[in-house]
Formats: sequence, structure tokens, C-alpha cells
Amino acid sequence: MRITVTVDGTSYTDDVEPRTLLVHHLRERVGKVGTVVGCDTSNCGACTVHLDGHSVKSCSVLAVQADGCEVTTIEGLARDGELHPVQKAFHENHALQCGFCTPGMIMQSIDLLADNPDPDEKAVREGLEGNLCRCTGYQNIVRAVRDAAHQMRPGAGPEAERLASDTASRVGAGGE
Amino acid sequence: MTSTIEPEVGKSRRRKEDERLITGRTRWTDNLTLPGMLHLAVLRSPFAHAKIVSIDVTEAKSAPGVVAVYTGKDLDPESAIGMPCAWPITPDMKSPRRPILASDTVNFAGEGVAVVVARTAAEAQDALEAIDVDYDELPVVLGLENALAEGAPLVHEELGTNQNAVWVFDSAGAGTGSDVEDAIANSEVVLKRRFRQQRLVPAFMEPRACVVDPTGSQLVMWSATQVPHILKTMTAATLGLPEHKVRVIAPDVGGGFGGKIAVLPEEMMSTLIAQRLGKPVKWTESRSETMVAAHHGRDQIQDLTITANRDGTVTGLKVELLADMGAYLGLVGPGVPILGAFMFNAIYKFPAYHFACTNVFTNTTLTDAYRGAGRPEATFGIERIMDELAVELGMDPMELREKNWIKHEEFPFTTVAGLTYDSGNYEAATAKAKELFDYDGLRREQKERRESGDSVQLGIGISTFTEMCGLAPSRVLGSLDYAAGGWEHAEIRVLPTGKIEVITGASAHGQGHETAWSQIVADKLGVPFEDIEVIHGDTQSSHKGMDTYGSRSLVVGGIAVVKAADKVLAKAKPIAAHLMECAEDDLEFEAGKFSVKGTDSATSIQDIAWAVFSAHNLPDGVEPSLDSADTFDPENFSFPHGTHLCAAEVDTETGRVRLRSYVCVDDVGVAVNPLIVEGQVHGGLAQGIAQALFEEAVHDEGGTLTTGTFADYLLPSAADLPSFTTDRTETPSTTNPLGAKGVGEAGTIASTPAVVNAVIDAVRHFGVDDIEMPLTPMRVWHAIQHQTAAEGGLGSEAGGGLGSIDATGGAQ
Repeated sequence: MRITVTVDGTSYTDDVEPRTLLVHHLRERVGKVGTVVGCDTSNCGACTVHLDGHSVKSCSVLAVQADGCEVTTIEGLARDGELHPVQKAFHENHALQCGFCTPGMIMQSIDLLADNPDPDEKAVREGLEGNLCRCTGYQNIVRAVRDAAHQMRPGAGPEAERLASDTASRVGAGGE
Repeated sequence: MTSTIEPEVGKSRRRKEDERLITGRTRWTDNLTLPGMLHLAVLRSPFAHAKIVSIDVTEAKSAPGVVAVYTGKDLDPESAIGMPCAWPITPDMKSPRRPILASDTVNFAGEGVAVVVARTAAEAQDALEAIDVDYDELPVVLGLENALAEGAPLVHEELGTNQNAVWVFDSAGAGTGSDVEDAIANSEVVLKRRFRQQRLVPAFMEPRACVVDPTGSQLVMWSATQVPHILKTMTAATLGLPEHKVRVIAPDVGGGFGGKIAVLPEEMMSTLIAQRLGKPVKWTESRSETMVAAHHGRDQIQDLTITANRDGTVTGLKVELLADMGAYLGLVGPGVPILGAFMFNAIYKFPAYHFACTNVFTNTTLTDAYRGAGRPEATFGIERIMDELAVELGMDPMELREKNWIKHEEFPFTTVAGLTYDSGNYEAATAKAKELFDYDGLRREQKERRESGDSVQLGIGISTFTEMCGLAPSRVLGSLDYAAGGWEHAEIRVLPTGKIEVITGASAHGQGHETAWSQIVADKLGVPFEDIEVIHGDTQSSHKGMDTYGSRSLVVGGIAVVKAADKVLAKAKPIAAHLMECAEDDLEFEAGKFSVKGTDSATSIQDIAWAVFSAHNLPDGVEPSLDSADTFDPENFSFPHGTHLCAAEVDTETGRVRLRSYVCVDDVGVAVNPLIVEGQVHGGLAQGIAQALFEEAVHDEGGTLTTGTFADYLLPSAADLPSFTTDRTETPSTTNPLGAKGVGEAGTIASTPAVVNAVIDAVRHFGVDDIEMPLTPMRVWHAIQHQTAAEGGLGSEAGGGLGSIDATGGAQ
């Protein structure tokens, strides 16, 4: 099947097998190897990307289902050479060790914050339930997400509000 | 002269590694694509034990995209020695040959029997379906005691037994003259307990993978491995290749936890196939394959006998272990249980000690190193039985520990197991932990809940632990019959512009070596942190190394870096003296500058680097280089320790355990990067807690792994874990110049018994004195129900569960 998918702002048209999973399409055809595969049961969340603004496990979406859609991967998050606040917060809070789960964690965290801009610890933990990490024990990940929320929260100044609205518009969930 | 540069060591530097990892610009092995590359897929046995009658690959060979199909018979002759085991713990250890692919008999479910080579990974997978294997099932043996039972089916018929090796340490035999049997006969209290260490899956997040390129003058293998140097040597030895024709690269590696220590049959078959076809090949496993084919960890039965006087003084400890090796021996598998031999006595002053382990074969995935390797098992056994002894003696469990531990002023202290602990301060760590935890307040609440019959009961678990890090002094490894040394290598290249390349043999997989090594070198040479690049994981650039496991990176590899930096300074000094026209004795070095004492005259490392590069004005006979290399072989292990306290709430109506709080104070000596230390502790705690509450590799009676995916094997998520309160005391190690002790495994080692002790403490008044791990709601609920039904309700004094109390009441 011929599909056209916009990935990180660039449009790609390819012939794909109907069974091809989005994650394999991204890695093998589009070359976005920043998105990784950690399991074959949709449990680990390492392959999480944004599909039309919302986080999905790209191992549970067929490439053909993404036809005509916009996909954002970890490689497309930084804008104009500036890291996304969630990327920055992961670095600042030492929220990664081996880093294999990190792209999925960051993509899921951005969606979580678009949905709930000021999550408490419990909300962050529950919001990340579908993403497994073996290195960090999650504590610094939780800290990073809350730190990013703080950095981006409305009322924290024009820059923070710009970041918050930027994130909300990227995931298409503004106003929630 | 005082330094104006803030020291890097001790600073919570954000990691250099992060930039590529948070932007997806990483080099995982599976990311690699080479021109003409072919893909492998392995067909794995569904049976745990079976004769292979025939394998028909005809149809698979003509499947779309398939280039070749190989069975064991096709590949086997090229590896006469089979997969390596590097740790023959006894002269008579039975080491059955492990083939690259099984050709006659499969001995565990998941063992490879054939491999397909195709143009795409999907085509290779598809073709597996077309391979027809005719198996003749054999009786399966599972479980340690079953394997040793009279008439048990044999995993390896030719060995005539499932017993692999027996390894013994005895304090009387070791010359102390203290005999455990005497202690058992003459002590006022003798307590026996049996504990089980369930089988675990290391479950690194990045599945294993390798790419082999045979097209250049050297064969290049990229692998998601912890041990590129060992892998290079073992590949050469296993396949009979000239070692100088093999280069191994461990690029970014997504976690290991001991699980990537193995040398893999898949790496060997990839190499053979790449050579035969003359093309690059890639093998990447699925998670389900990882679960059955990557090695497992733990899996022991521990029989402990502890003896004591009524005043709480311990008098002896006897440990009898059964350890499940699985179907074959892993690279270091046989040695894992014997690492525990040195740690069962833990922080306590046992006068008499006996340890014996029996390694056993079963029809299961092989076991090998998993985070802590032998030390978590030992710490669990001793910390559990200390709690049981406290109950028997009517003492507070903390008081019992304090009575028997090595006091701060007694260090250095040689233990009954023959190790000399160089430094430690259990009192300070414990005092700090108790304060952070509110130990007394929680004990009061526990009492109130018991008295009110609250349906949610509170328990407090203690684990005061030590471990041995920095594996290992080579002579110690030699005395334990391990095949290799425990040194580590480092090289420092001072570039013409004064920037630095540090090459380390300690290949990292997430621990932050690039950051920590930069901090060490920045301080030693007085160059900016940003001006240092740390290179690792490629046997070409880092030509010597012993890699990363056993919390050895910093306390062995980091010290090699320190020594190499000292050599750079030693080389720079005569050049500095020459440039400043003074005597070497007149020079002092601080903050990156050599200065002439009492003057303003100074020259920096960067100036000297350029002078060396230009070589216009060097002293006679000096080589134009500041590069240097050195190797460190530790004279002793290091011994981090700590006090871990856990408060667990147990819902007595459902058996659900909730960790209310977890406090630990670890002493890892000098922390080069406290942020990294904290992260390592957090991750370790999660893995240890997961052993206590969630994880277990379970086989059905036919030997099939029923927990073969992340849907069945319960790796905790963020929602399953609490936030931890972690803190440190700092008692420097006296056996290395950094004063560091290592931290990679501490959290895992200490936390499992802390959690289990807490849960048992919460329900002990029901008569519960043991619950097998993992402490699932069902198991906890059953334990409570069983005891309440059997003993007529609350307040029972009787023992139960797996253990039994044998209080002899004095033998005089």
C-alpha cells in the first residue's frame, strides 16, 4: 500500500506492506531510529511517538493507519536547536541512565502534561504506567516531569507560558 | 597557591551522555544498517528436553527473501569447544559442551535449533514457520531438589548426575579453628531456616542484538554487550579466529544488570554466517526471545543454621545452598553462588562459619550474573534470619544487629570468611537512617494498629548490609579459579590543543562513565570538564579492558584513570621545568598549572601540550607526547555498606502490600558524582523491591516459561513504586586513591530483605514467619489465612511457612 506520513515535519511517501508496524516503518524506511523497540507485547512503551498530537505506542499502530497523519518522534521535538522543556528536565533531573526507554518516556510525558499541566506525583506515576524503565526506579523521571510542568506552567512568566502553549498545540490538546 | 577552580569530584554534574539519549541520536546496535546486510532469525525449541529426530528446512530455504538456513549440524563442527564457561570452580566441575545450535538434544525451552538468513528481518521470521522439526520428548527435570532426587531424569545423560559441582568454605579448615558443628552443639539457641531465591529475569530494556561485518581486513562485531573485550577474546577462542582479526564494538548499550555479560551463541552463529556468506548480518531478538534465551538470575534454595547465646551474641553460621545452573553453564554462572560465600556473614562477627553450595543442572534457561550476583542472595539469607533470631530471643531486630556488627573502631576487620573490610561506619549510617525514617514513631504506630486490630497492619523491615565491590583483585580471582584477571586499563591522550581523550576499558551501559571519568581527569589535570572526551566500548580504540560488572567500573577502572593521569603529570613535569628553565624540584602543580614556587611564573598543561606537539624546544630524550596508559589491579575489594529501612502496610483482608516509606543511608565512600550515585541507588532499589514483591520467572511442569513476556513478567511501573528517601554517609575506602567504594548493586542487594522483613513484621502476630518471594497479594493473604486457621487466630507463637524454629535451650 502507498502511504504518506509526515514525520517531524517532513512528508514521506512509501509503499508498505499492510502488516508493517508504524515503529518499523519509522525506523527502517524513514530512518528515525531514535524510536526504539523494547518488547513485542505493547507493554514497555519504548516506541511511544505522537500521532496527530497524541501519544501512541508505535508498535501497536500499523503504518497504513498513519496514512495522512502527522507523526512526531523524539528526533523532531527540539525546535530551532532548542530542546523541549521535558527533554531539558530529563537531563537536569538525571531522569535517565541507559536511555533506552527515554524517547518513549519523554513523548509520553509531554502528552501527560498536555492533559494535566500540573500533575501531582500520583498523577505522573499513573500517567507513565505504560512505559517501563529498568534503570532509574522512576523517581527522577517523576521529578523531571513535575519540574517540566513547573517550568511550563501558566503564570510562570511569558517564556513558560509560551512553552506550555507550544506543547499543548503540538499534542493538539490545548485548553484541557 | 590556592586553587580557584572548584573541584569536579563531588559535584552533581549533569551527564554528558544525556544529550544524545534525550534527542534520539543514539547508536543502539539495532540501529545499524550496512550495505547488503542480511538478517538472522533463530528457531527455538518449544520443548525443555527432547531428542531432535529430524529438521526439514527445505521449504524454508525457498521462502521469499531467504538466503540460507542452517541447523546445528551445519554450524557445529566449526566450534569444537562449544560456548565458553570461564569459571571452573572445582577441578571436577562438570562442564557439558554447549553447542551454538542444538543438533542432537534440546535441553531447555528456548534453545536454538536452526537459523534463517534472509534479506529482511520480517522474511527471516516468516521462514521460521516453514521449518519442520520432529522432536522426541524426553522426561523433564525442574526444581533443585527434584534434580538431585534418586532416579531423576538427567539433563545430560552422559554425566550420570545433575550435580554440577560442590564448593565448600569452612572457617575451621581456613585456620581459625572455629567450628560450626561445635557452635551448633554448644550454643543456647540454634535456629534453622530455609529461604528460596526465586528465579529472575534481568530484563534490560534494550533486547540483545549483534551485527557482524566480515568485509574488511578485520571482522567487526557490534553487540549489545557489557563485555566487548571479553567477547573479542572469547570469539577468537571459541571459533578459532586470530584475535587480531576481530574487533568488537559495544555502541550505546541499553542496560545490562549482568544480563549482557554472556558470550552468546547468537554472536557466534552471526560471526560464522557472516564469514560464510561474506556479507554483514544482523541479529536482533524479540522480547519474548530475550525472556527464554538470555540468562536468568538467582534461583537458589538456602538452608541456614544460625547459633547464638541468649544474650544475642551470635556464635556460628552454617549455610547450605542449592543453586540452579539451568541446562548449561554460563560464562561466569558457576561462580555466582560462591561470591555469596564471602557475604553471608555480612557485617557481623561470627566466630564460626561453614558454607557449602551444590550447583545443579535442570532443563531450564541457564542462570548467570544478575545485579549483585551472589551478594543479594547472601544478604537476603542473613538479614532474614537475623530477624527470625531476634524474634526467638525477644529482642528488637535493630538491637540484635547492633550487638553483633563490627564497630567503627574495629576497622580494618578481617571477617570469618577471610575478607578484610577496610573501612565502615555502620553506627553513623544507621543513626541517620533511623532519624530520617522516624523509627520510634513508626514502631509506636505499629503497636497501635496491632492493638486496635486494624485491617491494615504496619511492618518495619531492616537491612543493614555490606557488599564487596570492585571485582576483583586478580590474585583473589585466581584463588577462586576464575579464568581472567580483575584489573582495568586506562589511557589518556593529551591532544595538541590541550583537549583530552580518555580511553577506558570499562565499557559502560548507562552508568555515566563519560561524566564521572571527565570529573576525575578534570581535577587531576586541571582542565575543564567540557574539554574531556571519554571513549569506551570499542576494542580498537580501547585495546585492553575487563569491562563492566560487579560494581568495578569506578573502583577499578576509575583508579586506572587516576594512575594514567598521574603519569601524564610525571611526563609533563620535566618539560615544564625545561620550558621555565628551573629545576623540577622547584615546581608545584595545582589547578592545571605548573608554577615555580614563590614566583608568578607558570605554564599550563595546555601550553605544555602545544610545546610537545611542536617539539621545537623539548628536553633531550623526551618523546613528543604526554599520552600515557596505566592499569590498576586492586589489592582488595571495597566494601560499601548501608542501612535500609522499609515501612510496609499490609491489607490483611486482601494481602496487598503497599510500601509506605523507604529510607536508606548508603556509604559508598567518596562519591565522585552524587547525582549518579543517587540514580544508581534508586534503580537498584526498584530491582530489589521487585524481587521482593513482583518478579518471578515461572516454568510450567513441562518446562515452558509461563512468564515469557512483559505482559506476564511483572516489571514494576512507576505506579507500582514509591518515592525513596536516600542519603549518604561518607567513610572513604582506604584501599584506593579516590576513596570510592562502588554503588551499582547496593540498592538491589539491600532492599529485598528490607521489604520482606517489613511484610513479615506486619503479619507476624498472625503466626507468619516466612512467605516465599515474590510476596504477591495471594501469597500474603494465604499466609495470613493459613496461620489464622491453623493456630486459632491472633497471637500464635508457632512457626510456620517454610521455616521451623529449633531452640535447643542450651546444651551444657
